[in-house]
Order: sequence, then structure tokens, then C-alpha cells
Amino acid sequence: MSETRTDKYFGQALKRKEDPRFITGTGNYTDDMVLHGMVHAAMVRSPYAHAKITGINTDSVKDMPGVIRVLTGQDVQDAGLGSIPVGWLLPDLKTPAHPAIALTEANHVGDIVAVVIAETRAQAEDAAAALEVDYDALPAVATTHAALADGAPLVHDDVPGNVAFHWEIGDEAATTEAFKGAARKVHVKLRNHRLVANPIEPRASLAQFTPAGGDYLLYTTSQNPHIHRLILAAFVMSIPEHKLRVISPDVGGGFGTKIFQYQEEVIVLLASRLIGRPVKWTARRSEAFVSDAQGRDHDTEAELAVSEDGKILGFRVNTHANLGAYQTLFAPAVPTYLYGTLLNGVYKIPAIHAKVTGVMTNTVPVDAYRGAGRPEATYLIERIVDMAAHELNMDPAELRRQNFIQPDEFPYQTPVALVYDSGDYEPALDQAMQMMNYAALRDEQARMKGGKKILGVGLISFLEACGLAPSALVGQLGAQAGQWESSLVRVHPTGKVELYTGSHSHGQGHETAFPQIAADELQIPIEDIELIHGDTGRMPYGWGTYGSRSAAVGGSALKLALQKITAKMKKIAAHLLEASEDDIEHEGGVFRIKGAPDKSKTFFDIALMAHLAHNYPADLEPGLEATAFYDPKNFVYPFGTHIAVVEIDTDTGHVKLRGYGSVDDCGPLINPLIAEGQVHGGVAQGMGQALLEEAAYDEDGNLLAGTYMEYAMPRADDVPFIQHGHTVTPSPHNPLGVKGIGEAGTIASTAAVANAVMDALWHEAGIAHLDMPYTAEKVWRALKDARGSQPQAAAD
Amino acid sequence: MNVTLTVNGKTYTRDVEPRTLLVHFIREDLGLTGTHVGCDTSQCGACTVHLNGDAVKSCTLLAVQAQGADITTIEGLGTPGDLHPLQTGFWEEHGLQCGFCTPGMIMASAELLKHTPNPSEDQIRHHLEGNYCRCTGYHNIVKAVQHAAGAMQGASQAADD
Amino acid sequence: MYPASFEYHKAESVDQALAALAENPDLKVIAGGHSLLPAMKLRLAQPPALLDIWGIQEMKGITRDGDHWVVGAMTTHADVLRSDLPLFPEVAGWVGDPMVRNRGTIGGSLAHADPSADYPAAALALGVEFVIRGPGGERTVHADDMFQGMFESAVQPGELLTHIRIPATTQASAYEKFRHPASHYAVVGVAVVRHADSSVRAAYTGAAEKAHRLNKLEDAVNGSQAVPTGLVDAGDLLGDRFASAEYRAHLVDVLAARAIERLG
Repeated sequence: MSETRTDKYFGQALKRKEDPRFITGTGNYTDDMVLHGMVHAAMVRSPYAHAKITGINTDSVKDMPGVIRVLTGQDVQDAGLGSIPVGWLLPDLKTPAHPAIALTEANHVGDIVAVVIAETRAQAEDAAAALEVDYDALPAVATTHAALADGAPLVHDDVPGNVAFHWEIGDEAATTEAFKGAARKVHVKLRNHRLVANPIEPRASLAQFTPAGGDYLLYTTSQNPHIHRLILAAFVMSIPEHKLRVISPDVGGGFGTKIFQYQEEVIVLLASRLIGRPVKWTARRSEAFVSDAQGRDHDTEAELAVSEDGKILGFRVNTHANLGAYQTLFAPAVPTYLYGTLLNGVYKIPAIHAKVTGVMTNTVPVDAYRGAGRPEATYLIERIVDMAAHELNMDPAELRRQNFIQPDEFPYQTPVALVYDSGDYEPALDQAMQMMNYAALRDEQARMKGGKKILGVGLISFLEACGLAPSALVGQLGAQAGQWESSLVRVHPTGKVELYTGSHSHGQGHETAFPQIAADELQIPIEDIELIHGDTGRMPYGWGTYGSRSAAVGGSALKLALQKITAKMKKIAAHLLEASEDDIEHEGGVFRIKGAPDKSKTFFDIALMAHLAHNYPADLEPGLEATAFYDPKNFVYPFGTHIAVVEIDTDTGHVKLRGYGSVDDCGPLINPLIAEGQVHGGVAQGMGQALLEEAAYDEDGNLLAGTYMEYAMPRADDVPFIQHGHTVTPSPHNPLGVKGIGEAGTIASTAAVANAVMDALWHEAGIAHLDMPYTAEKVWRALKDARGSQPQAAAD
Repeated sequence: MNVTLTVNGKTYTRDVEPRTLLVHFIREDLGLTGTHVGCDTSQCGACTVHLNGDAVKSCTLLAVQAQGADITTIEGLGTPGDLHPLQTGFWEEHGLQCGFCTPGMIMASAELLKHTPNPSEDQIRHHLEGNYCRCTGYHNIVKAVQHAAGAMQGASQAADD
Repeated sequence: MYPASFEYHKAESVDQALAALAENPDLKVIAGGHSLLPAMKLRLAQPPALLDIWGIQEMKGITRDGDHWVVGAMTTHADVLRSDLPLFPEVAGWVGDPMVRNRGTIGGSLAHADPSADYPAAALALGVEFVIRGPGGERTVHADDMFQGMFESAVQPGELLTHIRIPATTQASAYEKFRHPASHYAVVGVAVVRHADSSVRAAYTGAAEKAHRLNKLEDAVNGSQAVPTGLVDAGDLLGDRFASAEYRAHLVDVLAARAIERLG
């Protein structure tokens, strides 16, 4: 942040510009689109987790009403379509082929084995239900444990032992050494269970092929239409990028699961080409459960070495990550570079070593879900630090405080590759403790001990690396793409401005926040500015929105483009005012001669002249638009402290989240309303994992929670109001100083709520650890068993 | 078979299959796409509309069951130039992010305020148990409903004065 | 999200409905449709023909008949919730959500006999009577004989549950529920009612293949003894991933004690 801001809009809690269409029901989501002559696709999905496809009788449905065509894996092969590629490669990664329609083998329940195209959706669904498919069921594996067992059935013959990769980070020898002298070794074996992202808008895609020019148009529910264009054009369909236009219109939430290239998008494109009509597919929720990439699913054993006075000495981690049946776009990166590198947390840990094994199973693919690797790392480190505090009979807040990296130690090189550029962790901890009245909560907890209701306080201090990402760095680590962002600013002759970004808003409020940045830079009313995004036909390049990157990377690209605009406007102003460019200042909404404030030109005057070019500098191009590409120098490192308060009904084991406070530092807030909203939603998702949600499979690979009847989503009465505070430590390396806030709530809250439950159970009954989710029976049984074996070794 | 019903004050007659769900009728036959489909087990509430003044899940009703009914969808509640207090409340309090659950949330909340003009936080949270939101953590949704309740009470008091 | 195709018929009176059912044994009665349509959308149910009885006015509404309330089977949960009936308004507040309550009906729910539904426990504790009409005329079934198994009530093919009769002279009642975090159905629900003669009837739902009376609890309370534990045998209960039979048996004890305490 090298310059002074006028800050008329930046930092203001403006209500959102995009909202009028959403609150009046006039948003435009993919399933709302209708194209002339449009027909419908219904997927035929494997009911088996693992099976040979021995026959598909397309004749069985060809005479049903409305049926136009049945597609099978053979059609995909005949069309010469490539496998859906993995976007992040690790050394020696085994990547099984991922065809758009399975040809010989289905590898998870929900894998697509055929597709029916029909005139109406109802007819397509009728025929899909009636299509005769013969299977030979094969033995399946659903868990990392089953998949790694001796003699386990192979998910893919070309992935021996079901191991896609072995990966490690840190210094094993130094870590072994650190453990040797440690007074305490805190050990935990835990499971970070699987989740379904569940954006409320199910995925949908609509494709139209125009034979005359060989052009494809794809409307799809994507967080990153440019990535879809790249993958589909260059890797799957082998067509030039300019023959495919991808539009992500209004998208009803993503949370990571709408990043990836999916089979259905390939299918509707192929189908449209084959039958010559637009083809739409919209997921039913029960399809989403077996086809949207899922999240988390780690089995981990870890050990923390601590001194008797609570100094962290070393940390070692062994994680088995369940990747599911295929590797989708970011799958290999999530449990490695987005997880292993975050295991240092906010602490000075002299030695860390982590091993991760990527395991294929006959389950829905696992990839990035809000936080992606970082919630898993945060949960692990914050859980085990709490266990250490309990064992040492120290207050968890104090143990954390004494291990924090100090403000004068930045940039801080961790033992797991990252260099933290800035941070000041203690003020956030203090503010959170004050906000939630931490000391009083501890008193209340003591008073409630032994009662029908007991209290738990979960405190966590966290950090995340986001703002993906420095291209050269991620390239070294295996990313198959750059991670910069681009922006285009177009000033019209009337002085109205269009901003274009490669970022994509699916709820994050870009259409308000980006104009806030621009209005300050251009010194014009925000009403004169509009943001355009989500269309590869209008914005040439970009990488989309995930990894909390929009503000830090996309916003920075915008800032650079805006600076190009104002620089050019100064040149034009200098010409019009017959002054030297160096004498022009941009102040109070006008361009004027320093020292002669009455000699000025308005934004409109200059915008008009840029287009008229009547009275214009001889060496300057007409027009007023600029494109900028911004590649960050480092990740950004938001941090904070969150405190969760739970009450447990000891008769039933029911856990109620009674209160929640978060203090976040994401640098300067562009729009506090939007930033806090991101935290609220993130916290609810994280508490969902801790208390409610679980995508459990049976041993045969059947999803046991495949509808909202079994998969418990957080509802309005499951969450309290969230108290929010923030500290501001700007990022030192991007032009806005901003960091990310999209994932922080989720990264922090799972660990905070889990620690709150375990804090209650530890103080009540000396229970050291239980795995999430803390369902009522699990908690009741643990309390019953622990009380049954009294006297307990409770520390207090 | 023929079905005739009134939506947002306009009467429509259409020939539909009996299996056509009311939500598909509204979205596809009438082109009113503000009413959304978020699940297939009648839980998420994105499809909430008013039928003869009561909030219902239009995914759990056949169009033929609504024969003769008077239906209001989000498009009939207010317009950008003339917003319903709930629409204003959701806007002012940032009660939406992706916007997908929003029409259902607003229609469900409208029923709450009809019966309970000054609801407590608990009443609002309990009333919205049939509407899922994945973005907001419900925090600002509850505030939006409170905002609207305040505005509507203020307006009715002003009318009484 | 389309159900399989079916024929659609409507009845405007009980006589009309019974005649249609007599004529076409394939007809499946649809009341509010809030159990049937979700199953049809997932194609778990594919009835060839529906008989819509929503329009039968004589099956709607709540009236007083001496020391009984008479509730039309097609009365919605929302109307039950806002009524002066004993216990049922409290129970209706636990059914579904506000939108479901505006369409779902008390008779539809009771005839459906979902083992996790809330009403059956209340019906047993209140000792309600079910008025059922069929080709052979009208018969009355006591609550104790109404719930016969999982999704199996005393209402036979060709019959309609038209009304329920609820004693209006109860002294006090309570319903305690532990709900499933996803479906919000009852993992266990316990209803208790103190009747006009001060005797207490109690029942539980959610835990077994159907709702049952809580005889041990009734005996203890009516014998002025403390509420015992071990009210039901886990061996008689169902268990699933969320709640084992043993846990449900425990919940019956916990909820029964809470409900009795509320009776005062």
C-alpha cells in the first residue's frame, strides 16, 4: 500500500449492486436459460460402486416417447474425446483415465454409464430409468483403510495398491531429533470425515453447437469459465479456444465443487454436436450427492512434541487422503500443497515432517471444498494443540499465546515451505477473548460441571495461505496453469465505465466490491460503473474464483488496469489544458493543473475526447481502455482467532452451538458487509462439519447420506448470531493490501466447534478425543462410558 | 389435462401432464424463473410460493392440484421500483449472497410476518427450518426479517395515526 | 425431477371418492401429498393413478361434538397448530416445516403410519378414535388398533379415513421429541396425556416399526410411583446409523421423564 487512498467507497459497507435482480426473482441461472429447439439430457448412473459394464441395450428405450438418442462410452470414444485431465501433477502421480461416459467399468455409485437425450426432461428421465444396462458387480473399496489393505481390490488396474501418490514435506531427521528430547508427546489418531459441498443451486449445463462455424456455446454453473474453456478446448475436444464460448451466468453458490471440469459438461457439448440441437442437463439433488466432487476425507495419525512448560518442539503427521474414484482438477494438490504446507499454523514449530498418501477408492471424487486442505490442517494442529494444553493443564489460550510467531519475526520461514509475509496474532486473540468474555465462560463452565447441561469453550488461532497464487511457484509445485488474474477497464464516450474481470462471483459480491475499488481510483460515482464477469466471450482471460483469490489477485489486476486508465487520462488532460503531463493532478474528481485549480477537465470531458480524438495528442492512441495482468508475488496470509461456545445436554448428548465469535484479519476490508457475510456463511459450514454433516459410505461404496433426509445441513435454528471483530494487517505485497476472507470462516470454525465439544467432554469426563461429527449418540455414549469408568483422570 | 390458475394476478390456462409439478409449471410453462429447485425431497424451500395466501413448496404440489388457485411468486411480491419490505430487508441487511435460496426465503418469511408481525429471533429461526441457505449462515437472513418486521410495523403504525 | 406418469382423478365428496376407489383398485389416494409426492419424485413410488381428495369439504375442519372434538382428516397441520385441540397443536408444530404444514394433513399423516411421524404417539396417548368409511359403511377404530406396522394402518384399500374424534376433556398433555438432524423426523417422540379421570396415557413414536403405548410408564404414574427407566426394551426397537436401538431406548426414558414433569 504505497499510496494514499481517497477511500470514498473502499471500506464502505455498501449494500450490493447485484441484489435487485436476486430479490425480485430475476436473476439468471443456468437452469433458467432456454434456447430455441432445446432438448434435455438425463444421465444413467451406475448403481454399483464398482462394476464391469457388460451390455447396454439402447434399443430398450429408442421407441419411448420423445427419445432422440442414447449416448454411451463408445460414442465418446468414437468422437475422439480426451480424458478429463488433472490440473495439478505431483511427482510419480498415477492418474487413471476419466472418460466423459464410462466405457467398460463404472468406478463409483453415480458414475455415468449412458445418457438419454429426449425432447422433454420428463421423457429423458423416463427413458433413463428404463434403459437396460447389464453389470457384473466387482468388489469395491470405500475407505483408505480398505483400499490399502493387503489384497484389496483395485479401483483402477493402472494404480497399483490403489496408491495415486506418496508425498512428503519437512525434515524427517530434524523432527525425529526434536521428539527425542521432548517431555511430552501428544498423540492423536483422527478422521476428518467426508462432506458434500451442497451449493443450493444444483449443477446445470446447456450447450449449443453451431455447425456453420463449428462454434460451441456452453452455459454452465462454473466458478471459473476460463478454466472450463481451456480444459474442454485444449484437452478434451481438441478445438481452438475461440471455438468455445463458456458463460457462467448467475451461479447459486460454489464452495469449490463448481471449480472442476465435469463429465456432464463434455456430454452436453458432444450431444449438441451429434444431434444438432441445444442440450440441457440440470442435476437433481440426489444426482448432486453422487456426482459433485466431495470434500475432506482424511485419516491421520499425528504427534506433537512439547516441553513441560508448553513450548511446541516438533510435529509429525501421517495422512491417508481418500481421493475417490477419479482425480478431478485440483485433487492431488488439496491434501498436499494446500494441506502439508499449512501444518505449521501460527506457531514457532522448529521441526515438522508430514507424509501424505493419496488413495483411490470406489467413491465420488474428492477435491477442493471451501478451504481445501487448510481446514484439514487447521483442524489437526488446533485439535492437537488443545490436547496438549489439556495434558499440561494449561489454558489453551495461553499455550497458544506463548508459541505464536512474533510480529518482528516476519517474513517467517516455516519448516513446511511457506514464507509468511506478515502477521500479528496476539491482538486478534486478545480481542476475541474479550469479545466473548472468555474468563467468564470458564467460570460458567466450572459452575455447570456435573450438571444436566455442560459447557465447552473452543478457542483456535489460525492462519491460511490464500490468494492463489504466484504462477512460477505453483508451476514448480505441479500446477498445469498460471494463477495470475486479468482485468479490463473500458471507459465509454459518456464517461460510463465497464470493468471486466476473470474472477467470478457466485455470491461474493464482486459486482459491488470491484466497482468500489474502481470508483475511488477513477473518482467517479459508483453508479457509473458496472462489472462484467463470467463470460469467456467478453473477458478474454482469467482463472476464476476459488482459494479466496478474487480480491487479492483479481482486485489487484483491476487496480493495475485502472492505473493505466488514469495515466492515459492525464496525458489527454495535459494536452487539453496545454500543460505538461507532470503538472496534471487527479483530485476531487477532475484532472487539473497543479496550482491552477480553475483549469480542469472532468472525467467525462476526457472520456469523450479519447473517443472523439478531435483535439488529441499526436502520439497517443484514441480510445480509453486498458488490460492488466497481475501475478502475485506470494500468497496472502489471513489469520485470526475464533471462539465457539457449546452446551451439551448430558441426558441426550445433543450439542448446541450457543455462541460464536470471530476475529479475522484479512487486511483492509473493501466492503465490511460483504466480508462479514463471508465469515457468517463460512462459520455455518464449518460448524456443519463439526456437528451435523457426514457423507458416510458403507463398505460396498454406497453413500448412506444421499439426500437431505439423511445429510444434515445446518438450518437457521442450528446456528447463533456470530459476533465479529477484525484486526487489520495489510498484505505487504499487493497493491490493495487485501487478503482473502472467503474461506477463513470455514477453515477456523470446524476446529473451533470441535475443540468446544472436546473441551466440554475433557472437563466433564477426561475424554481426550472423539472424531467429528459430534452426533448426539456419540457424545452420550462417550460420556456414559467415561462416567462408567470413573474415577476419571480428569485434569481438574 | 387442462389447468387454469392465477399467478401474480394473471390467469393462465395450459395443457399439462398430470405429473407436472407446480414448480415446473411456473418455471417452464410460464417462464417465471425466480422460483427455484434446490432438492428433490421437499426440504430446501427454494421453490416456496404462496398458494391462496399460504406458503407452500411448489415442488411438492402437482400443477393440477393447484387448479383454480391464486398463486404469488417472488416476481409478484414486488418489483425493483416497488419492493416489498422483505425484499428491502434482504437488500439492506445483506441477507443474500448467491441469491438462489432468496426467493424461497422471502416467500417463507412473508408468511411468518403475516401471522407473527413482531417475531423473536427464535421464532424467525424456527420458522425458516424448511429453507436452506448455504451462503449466509442465516445471520443476515434473520436480521433481514427483523428489518422487514420493523418496517412493516412502522408503516402500519403510521397508517393508524 | 419428474414422477413417472399417472392418471389423475379428483373427488369432491366422500361418496364420490369411495365409488372411484371401488371402481379402480389401482387408485392411490393423495391428500396433502407431502409423503407421497416426495416418494414419487424419487420414483420410489409409481402409482398408476391418483385420487385427489383435497377438495372434499366434508373432511375439513374442526368441530365440537359433546365431550369430543371432531377433526376432518383433510385438516392441515397448520390448522391443527392454530386450533384449541388438546396436545395436537403442540405436536403439529413439530411436523415438517411451515410450508409442509400448510399442505400436509392430519389424516394423511395418520393413515400413512410412518413410524417416525409425530402424530401417532399423540393419537395413542389421547386415545383418539378414527372414523373410517368404506364400501361396507362407516366403522370406528380406536387408536390402539390403528397402527398395525410400518406404514401400515387400519385403513384398508377402498377405504377412507374421514375424521378423527379426540377427547376434549383431558386435563394436561405434553409431547417431547428428539428429532433427526437431517429429516427432522422423530428419532423418538413421547406423548403423555392426563385424562379426565386423572389417569395418564403415554406413547412413543420413532423408535420402533410403529408407535406404541408406554405401558410401564402408565402403570407407574397411575400407581403414583416415580417414573422408572427401562421403559422399553432395546431389543424391540429399530436402530440406524444416527441412533442405535439402545440409544433410542434411553431417549424414551429421558423424554418420558421430561414429558411427565411437564404434566405437573
